[in-house]
Amino acid sequence: MSVARHSHLKRLEAESIRIMREVAAEFDNPVMLYSIGKDSSVMLHLAMKAFYPAKPPFPLMHVDTTWKFRQMIEFRDDTARRLGLDLIVHTNKEGADNGVNPFQHGSSYYTQIMKTEALKQALDKYGFDAAFGGARRDEEKSRAKERIYSFRTSSHGWDPKSQRPELWSLFNGKVKRGESIRVFPLSNWTELDIWQYIMAEDIPIVPLYFAAPRPVVSRDGQLIMVDDERLSLYPGEKPQTRVVRFRTLGCYPLTAAIESTATTLPEIVAEMLTARTSERQGRLIDHDDSASMEKKKREGYF
Amino acid sequence: MSEAATLAADEAFGEYLASHENKGLLRFLTCGSVDDGKSTLIGRLLFDTKLLFEDQLAALQNDSRKHGTTGGEFDLALLVDGLEAERQQGITIDVAYRFFATDKRKFIVADTPGHEQYTRNMATGASNSELAVILVDARQGILVQTRRHSFIASLLGIRHVVLAVNKIDLVGYSEERFHEIYDEYQQFARNLGFETLVGIPMSARDGDNVIAGSTNTPWYMGPSLLDHLESIEVDSDLAQKPFRMPVQWVNRPSSDFRGFAGTIAGGAVRPGDEIAVAKSGRTSKVARIVTMDGDLGDAVAGEAVTLVLADEIDISRGDVLTALDARPQVIDQFAAHVIWMGEEPLLPGRPYILKCGANSVRATVTNLVHKIDVNSFSELATRQLDLNEIALCNLSLAEPIAFDPYDENRDTGSFILIDRFTNDTVAAGMIRHGLRRATNVHWQAMDIDKQARAEPKHQKPCILWFTGLSGAGKSTIANLVEKKLHSLGQHTYTLDGDNVRHGLNRDLGFTDADRVENIRRVAETAKLFVEAGLIVLVSFISPFRSERRMARDLVEEGEFIEVFVDTPLEVCVERDPKGLYKRAMAGEVENFTGIDSPYEVPHNPEITVDTSGRPAEEIADEIVRHLSERNYLK
Repeated sequence: MSVARHSHLKRLEAESIRIMREVAAEFDNPVMLYSIGKDSSVMLHLAMKAFYPAKPPFPLMHVDTTWKFRQMIEFRDDTARRLGLDLIVHTNKEGADNGVNPFQHGSSYYTQIMKTEALKQALDKYGFDAAFGGARRDEEKSRAKERIYSFRTSSHGWDPKSQRPELWSLFNGKVKRGESIRVFPLSNWTELDIWQYIMAEDIPIVPLYFAAPRPVVSRDGQLIMVDDERLSLYPGEKPQTRVVRFRTLGCYPLTAAIESTATTLPEIVAEMLTARTSERQGRLIDHDDSASMEKKKREGYF
Repeated sequence: MSEAATLAADEAFGEYLASHENKGLLRFLTCGSVDDGKSTLIGRLLFDTKLLFEDQLAALQNDSRKHGTTGGEFDLALLVDGLEAERQQGITIDVAYRFFATDKRKFIVADTPGHEQYTRNMATGASNSELAVILVDARQGILVQTRRHSFIASLLGIRHVVLAVNKIDLVGYSEERFHEIYDEYQQFARNLGFETLVGIPMSARDGDNVIAGSTNTPWYMGPSLLDHLESIEVDSDLAQKPFRMPVQWVNRPSSDFRGFAGTIAGGAVRPGDEIAVAKSGRTSKVARIVTMDGDLGDAVAGEAVTLVLADEIDISRGDVLTALDARPQVIDQFAAHVIWMGEEPLLPGRPYILKCGANSVRATVTNLVHKIDVNSFSELATRQLDLNEIALCNLSLAEPIAFDPYDENRDTGSFILIDRFTNDTVAAGMIRHGLRRATNVHWQAMDIDKQARAEPKHQKPCILWFTGLSGAGKSTIANLVEKKLHSLGQHTYTLDGDNVRHGLNRDLGFTDADRVENIRRVAETAKLFVEAGLIVLVSFISPFRSERRMARDLVEEGEFIEVFVDTPLEVCVERDPKGLYKRAMAGEVENFTGIDSPYEVPHNPEITVDTSGRPAEEIADEIVRHLSERNYLK
């Protein structure tokens, strides 16, 4: 099945491809941040299209917190191999050596060290001047005003007041040495668009998105999967096998599963259309405060 | 079986999914004055098309208690006011993009602020929209803001408008009031070029005529807002226009494949079609239209493709591929409407980077034809353009580019201007027409060039550009340098700030705009002397970095030597050779550099000299030595 020619998906596809080509043409050293999730899968698929028959003229980079689901890591390595792309994996070594983890250090400190700091380290280490990310404007309120080219200072800070106006499809890619941009080619896609496109284009995704019996514990009303032995159980707590899937993927201790029987893409879409909570609900780091995403972004988070 | 599984198994659901994949897309913007209820309307559309989830509703309830303006009830506007600062101030200060979908269409909504100081944001939202929903408060009627928003929408090429007469509940659902407003608007919008204009009475807060018709307005027979948005035909005739494709990226994975990647900006293309490169005029045929999904039999406007041509012709990023029989203009001067978005004003003569399609070239505004008062639409004379102001300008580019008038093609007729120091996007422009003189005045090729002219003088021509505060000693040093060069047998000429103002520049004053023009003329004159093979000494305060940069860019690498005469302000004030500082400090002279007008210190001058405590003679020797060591004197 492929998408009809003048459909909204085709228009979104063309827009994303145009953005990627523009960045590849104007920046010296771009990179694609590959987070292994469904949005990254779509973004990567679009990059393969944008530069076909050439390979995308930039590497993929995964910021590995060491707490990702095992199936994500397998999928990541398979994908890079299958497509013949360069993959950079970066971990904040200092954080890992100090044993920073989401249990003892709290989700916000952990995210700061193992994701935000790690990302900054990696961008500095390789001198990337443009980094593609799969964020969408419909995910969260402060993202609704995010530009497609999101300008970052040399210390990776984001100032909502000094973002450049974006008119038509004309992007201003001028940056000084040390400054960079984050680029969001999927800005105008919604969660539903992503799923429909995955279905129409037959894009491979991590199996965790499909329902299967998995070992979980229930904590504060959230189902957490016991992906390995590092998840220390509370006294009396016992993993149960439940049929669950994930609407969003991240670090397994911070990503809640939902009970579901959806094992096919049409079932996932059907479930989405009848869903009563948004996908970010499964992300435990957004809950602190309604403006928490904005705060994190000012500090350099994606 | 779960609800979702039952649904997925249903045959009708399969059809439903297919229709969802094939639905269209409409991009529109909402605009209106401060309290007209834009954000509430979008909140209502999201709420009623059921795109709100329970956790978002819970967050909304929490926010409504904290910041709401509806006294604890759901404040739908809080859904769309994203940034923390805005939620606290209760206003929208940026463009927010929102998404919703029905069975027929996906919608991308640009929610733009109403205040005059945010004209740039409204223009941003309009640039990618096909339709505008202009809100008015039924109690207030058509306001100055309504006229401004309509004008900007029209300027940005929007051809479909909905006049949403909101808060109709607050005028007792009055049919008479609705028609009064709608009629007045139709009168006023006559000349704005809208192809469709539909007036809808509504209450965004209560939902009347937003999603469905309302029993409160039985007299209204027209569509609800959503019905209209779902059914209006906005398909532009872009696919029927002449073929255009700006080349974004040259795809060259191996020696046996060379493709040109870009998004088709107009018309259609098929294998076998003859095309031309707009700038060089070279022609070829389309051999293949390559995509990862296989070669295409044709491609139309809006599609991102890669073209392979039958011949090896020279094409690079920035070139525009075009139909043979209807080519874009290729010109280095044109007239355009410019919306100024920079904090610093636009000054004619100051160079910016112009980005049009995949082309970036140096450009200056040569003339501000007139400024447009966005509230009265009257045309005013002006010498500079401030933030959020709009003007018709003439622009001159460092080299010709291919373009179409904006009214014919938004993609090939739009541009942005970028400040060369801050890298900010400072303007958006819509090209109206090329300027004839650019096509008729061609460069006259010269057989004797500047090397030939300089040869018998035993020198390498250059500009010594002395910059510094008034009283720094620029003219004194320049004079000594010229004497020394003359005695060495060199051929020189000096352009002195004061002297030039008696002749060439006697029509100019001391405003920022005039200072820029002053420098432009002097720089162009200095360039002519360089062409003649001379060593030119220019002694000018030239307080702005960007103008010195402009002068530098006019000549070739190595021909511009910036001499920063770095004398501290206190020393200059004490010297005060012309008594000007005294008068400036007494308020008798305005815009005096160092007193009430800034001096921007050079970042990387070739030569820096401090005159305090050093004889001018010694400094002049140092400059001559600099020239001789670098082979300017042979």
